[in-house]
Amino acid sequence: MNWQAVYPIAPEIALLVMACVVALTDLWIPGKDRIVTYCLAQASLFSVALAQLWYFYGGATYYAMQHMVVADPMGHLLGLFSTLAMMTTLVYARPYAASRDLLKGELFTLSMFALLGILVMVAANNFLVVYLGLELMSLSLYALVAMRRDDTGATEAAMKYFVLGALASGFLLYGLSMMYGATGSLEISEVFKAIGTGRINRAVLVLGTVFVVSGLAFKLGAVPFHMWVPDVYQGAPTSMTLLVGGAPKLAAFAITIRLLVEGMIGLAVDWQQMLVLLSIASMLLGNLAAIAQTNLKRMLAYSTIAQIGFMLLGLCPGVVAGNTYSASNAYSSAMFYVVTDVLTSLGTFGMIMLLSRAGHEAERIDDFRGLARRSPWFAGVMAVFMFSLAGIPPTVGFHAKLAVLQALVSTNVPGFIWLAVIAVVLSLLGAYYYLRVVKVMYFDDPVDTHAIEGARDVRIMLSFNGAAVLLLGILPGGLMQLCEQAIVRMFAT
Amino acid sequence: MPLLSLAIWLPILAGVLLLAFGRDDRAEAVRWAALVAALVSFAVTIPLVTGFDVSTAAMQFGERHAWIGRFNVWYMLGVDGLSVWFVLLTAFTTVIVIVSAWEVITERVNQYMGAFLILSGLLVGVFCAMDGLLFYVFFEATLIPMYLIIGVWGGPRRVYAAFKFFLYTLAGSLLMLVALIYLYYKSGGSFDILAWHRLPLSMSAQVLIFFAFFFAFAVKVPMWPVHTWLPDAHVEAPTGGSVVLAAIMLKLGAYGFLRFSLPITPDASHKWAWLMIALSLVAVVYIGLVALVQRDMKKLVAYSSIAHMGFVTLGFFLFDEKGMGSELTTSGAIVQMISHGFVSGAMFLCIGVLYDRVHSREISAYGGVANTMPVFASFAVLFAMANVGLPGTAGFVGEWMVILGAVKVNFWIAMIAASTMIWGAGYTLWMVKRVYFGAVANDHVRDLVDIGKREFAMLFVLAVAVLAMGLYPKPFTDVMHESVSGLLRHVAVSKIAR
Repeated sequence: MNWQAVYPIAPEIALLVMACVVALTDLWIPGKDRIVTYCLAQASLFSVALAQLWYFYGGATYYAMQHMVVADPMGHLLGLFSTLAMMTTLVYARPYAASRDLLKGELFTLSMFALLGILVMVAANNFLVVYLGLELMSLSLYALVAMRRDDTGATEAAMKYFVLGALASGFLLYGLSMMYGATGSLEISEVFKAIGTGRINRAVLVLGTVFVVSGLAFKLGAVPFHMWVPDVYQGAPTSMTLLVGGAPKLAAFAITIRLLVEGMIGLAVDWQQMLVLLSIASMLLGNLAAIAQTNLKRMLAYSTIAQIGFMLLGLCPGVVAGNTYSASNAYSSAMFYVVTDVLTSLGTFGMIMLLSRAGHEAERIDDFRGLARRSPWFAGVMAVFMFSLAGIPPTVGFHAKLAVLQALVSTNVPGFIWLAVIAVVLSLLGAYYYLRVVKVMYFDDPVDTHAIEGARDVRIMLSFNGAAVLLLGILPGGLMQLCEQAIVRMFAT
Repeated sequence: MPLLSLAIWLPILAGVLLLAFGRDDRAEAVRWAALVAALVSFAVTIPLVTGFDVSTAAMQFGERHAWIGRFNVWYMLGVDGLSVWFVLLTAFTTVIVIVSAWEVITERVNQYMGAFLILSGLLVGVFCAMDGLLFYVFFEATLIPMYLIIGVWGGPRRVYAAFKFFLYTLAGSLLMLVALIYLYYKSGGSFDILAWHRLPLSMSAQVLIFFAFFFAFAVKVPMWPVHTWLPDAHVEAPTGGSVVLAAIMLKLGAYGFLRFSLPITPDASHKWAWLMIALSLVAVVYIGLVALVQRDMKKLVAYSSIAHMGFVTLGFFLFDEKGMGSELTTSGAIVQMISHGFVSGAMFLCIGVLYDRVHSREISAYGGVANTMPVFASFAVLFAMANVGLPGTAGFVGEWMVILGAVKVNFWIAMIAASTMIWGAGYTLWMVKRVYFGAVANDHVRDLVDIGKREFAMLFVLAVAVLAMGLYPKPFTDVMHESVSGLLRHVAVSKIAR
C-alpha cells in the first residue's frame, strides 16, 4: 500500500474508523455506562484535532486521490476549529441530552460522521467530493435533529431541515453540473483554469454561479434562503441546535471559499454582486426580526442570519476591478469572523443548556431573568457573549467586525465604503436585542430561583469559552495571523 | 516605571478581583479594598503632573508595544498638556465616588465598586491612548460598565435610560469607527494618531471625516440637538454614576474634538466652525433656559452641564487668525472642562446627599434645608456659586477666558456667550433659594440630619479643589500652555493635499 497517498487524508480515515468503532462499541455498552462511549468519542476527536494541528504547522499542501482532495493549511485550520467546535458541543450536550433521554450511541456516531463530512468538504478539490461531504454532513444532521421523535416541534424542525436542505443540495448540484458542462472538468483547479481562458460561454457560467451561490446561501442561512434557520434552531433540542449552528458554519464557509474563490474567482464580478445583496438582506432581516423575538433560541437564529450577512460582506471586496491584491485581506477577515462567531455561538447555546434542567427548557429570554443574582459568574460569561455578538470591545466580536469593515474600506471604492457604513448602521440595530438579554440578566429580578446545577465539566468549559471570547478580544493578533497565513498559503498554490 | 499603564490597569485589575471574590456578606471589606485600590490608582497618577515637562508640546510618559500585528495596531500611550489633568481628574473622581457610595449602596456592593474601578481604568485609557484603535476600544468599552451602573442601581426608569445612553452613544461612535478605518487606509496602514495629524487630506475627505467624528463626539459632549440622552441618564443613574458621567464621560467628547477633529481635519474644522459655534450658542442660551424650568434637581444640573459644555465646544471652534484669541478660548475651554468636572460632580454629590435622606429629587420637596443642615448648606451654596461662575471659584476662570478670547474674535458671539452668566445665575440661584433658604417647608426637612464625617470629607476635598482652582489656576494653565499653542499652530496650517 502506498502510504504517501494516504498520508494527507489520514485524519479523515482515522475519524471514519473511529466512528465505526464507536458505533460498534456502543452496542455492548449498557445505557448507564454511556460515559465510556462519550470518552471514546472525545478521545478520537481529540486525536483528530492534534493531527490537524500537526499538519497545519507542517504547512505543506498535498494533493491526494488523483487530486480529488487537497490538504492545505486553510483546510487544516478550519478542520481543527471544526473538530474543537464539535468537541465543545459534545461537552455541552452530554448532560443536557442525558436528562432528556437523548444520550444514545447514535448521538456520538452521527456527530462523528457529521464531522467527517465537514472534514471532507474542507479538504475537497473536486465538485463531487464537495457534494459528497455536504451530504454526509447534512444527512447526519437531519437524523440528529429528528432524534427526539415524540416531540412535534423537533420533528417539524427535522422535516423542514431535510426538505429545504435537500432542495439546497439540489440547487448546488445543478449549478455544479452546469459548471461541469461548461468547463469539462469537476476538479476545482481545472475549472479555475478553464474560466481563466475566457473562451467559455459566459451565460452558462453565470447561470451556474447563480445556482451555486443559491445553494451555498441555503447552507449558510442567508436571506432569502434563511427560512429553515429559525424553525430548526428553535425546534431542535438545544444540543442539536448547537450541532447545526456550530461546526457546520465553518464547513459552509470552507466550501464557499473552495467553490467561489478557488474555482470561480474568474467570475467574482458576478458572485460578489450576489453576495452584496445577500449580505445586506441578511443583516437587515436578521437584525429586525431578532428584535421581535421572545424565544432566545429563535432570537439567536435571526442573529445568526445577521452575523452570516456580516461575514459574507467580508467575501465581497476580494476582487476589485479585476485585481486580487486585497483578496487575502478580505477572505482572511471573513474567516476570522466566522471562526469567532462559532466560538461565541457555542457559548450562548451552552448557556441555554446550562440553565435548562430535566423538564425545563431555559429557552425563553425571560428564563435568564435575574441571572446576575442567581449566578454572577455565569451572568458575566453570558454578558461577554452578548457584547461580543453586538461587536462591543473589548470582546472578540469587535475585532471580527473591524476586520471585515477594514477589508471593505481598504478597497477605496466608494461603493464598498458605503457598504461599510450600512453594515455599521445595521449592527446598531443588533446591539438593541443583545443588550436586552443583558438587561434581563442584570436589571430584572429572578423569577426562577433554582440554583444553577449544571455538570462540572460544562461549567468549566463555559468559563473557558467566555474567557476565550474576552481574551481574544484583548489579544486578537494570534488568531488573525493564523487565518491570514492559511489564506495566503491557499493563494500561493 | 510605566505610570500610564499602571493608572489604567491597576483599577481594572482591582475591579476584576472585587467582582470575582467580593460578596455581600463581606461588604465592609469590599468597600475598604475598593477605597484602597482607588487611592493607590490616584497616587500613581500624581507623578504625571509633578514630573510633567511644561516646556514641550510633545507626548510624555510614552509607552509603545506591539498589539495587533496584522493591522499594525500598537499599544501606544502618552499624555500631553491637553490630557494629563483628565487622568488625574478621573482617578480623583473615582475616589470620591467610592466614598460617596459607602453607606448608600448595600446590595451587590462588590459589583458596584468593581464597575466603577473598571470604568475608571477605561476612562484613563481613553485619555492616554495614542493609537486610534486603542482609543476606540477604550472609548466603547466604557459603555459597558456605565450601562450596568445605570441599569442595576438606577431609578425607576433606569432601563429606558440605560438603553438610550448605550444606543445613542454607540450610534455616534460606530460612524467614528468607519472614519478611523478610513484614516488607517489613507495613512498607508497606521492607527498612529500623531501620524494622522500630519496626514494631508483633501477637503472632501476632511469634511466626511470631520462629520463622522462630529457625530461620535457631539453625542458624547453632548451638543444640542443630540443631548436628549443626558438628562434621562443623569436622572436615573445612581449618584456615583451621575458624578462620573458629568465629571469625566462628557469630557471624552470634548477631548475627542481636541485630539481628533481639530488636528486631523483643520480645514474642515475651519469651514464648519460656524455650525459648531451656532450649536454651542444654542446650548448655552436655549439649554440654559430649559434648565430654568426644571422641577427635578438632577435634571436641572444635567441641563446646566450641557450649557457649560456648550462653552467648551465654543472655545474650541473660535478661530482667531490674527491674535491671541484662539489660545485664550481653547485654554479656557480646557480649564472649563476641568472645573466643570469638579463642580458638576460636587453638585450631583450634594443632590445625592439630600436624596439619601429624603428620597426625592423634586425641588418642591425641599425648602429651608439650611436651617436643619447648616454645614451641608454652606458647601452646597459654594458649589452653586462655582456653577454660576463667581470669581474666586473654579467655574469663573474657564468662562472668563473663553469670553475674553471670544471678544477678540467676534463681539456678538462673545455677547451671546456671556449671557450664560445670567442664565446660569438664574437657574442655579433660584434652585438654591427654593431648596436651601426660606422657612422649613415640611416634616421631612425638619427631620434632616446634617452631614457626617464621611460626607464632610468628600465635600471638603472638592471644595478645596474648587477654590484652589479659582484662586490660583496657574498650575493648570501652565501645564497646558505649550500643548495648546502647539495644537493651534498645527490647526492654523492647511493640510489640503496638493
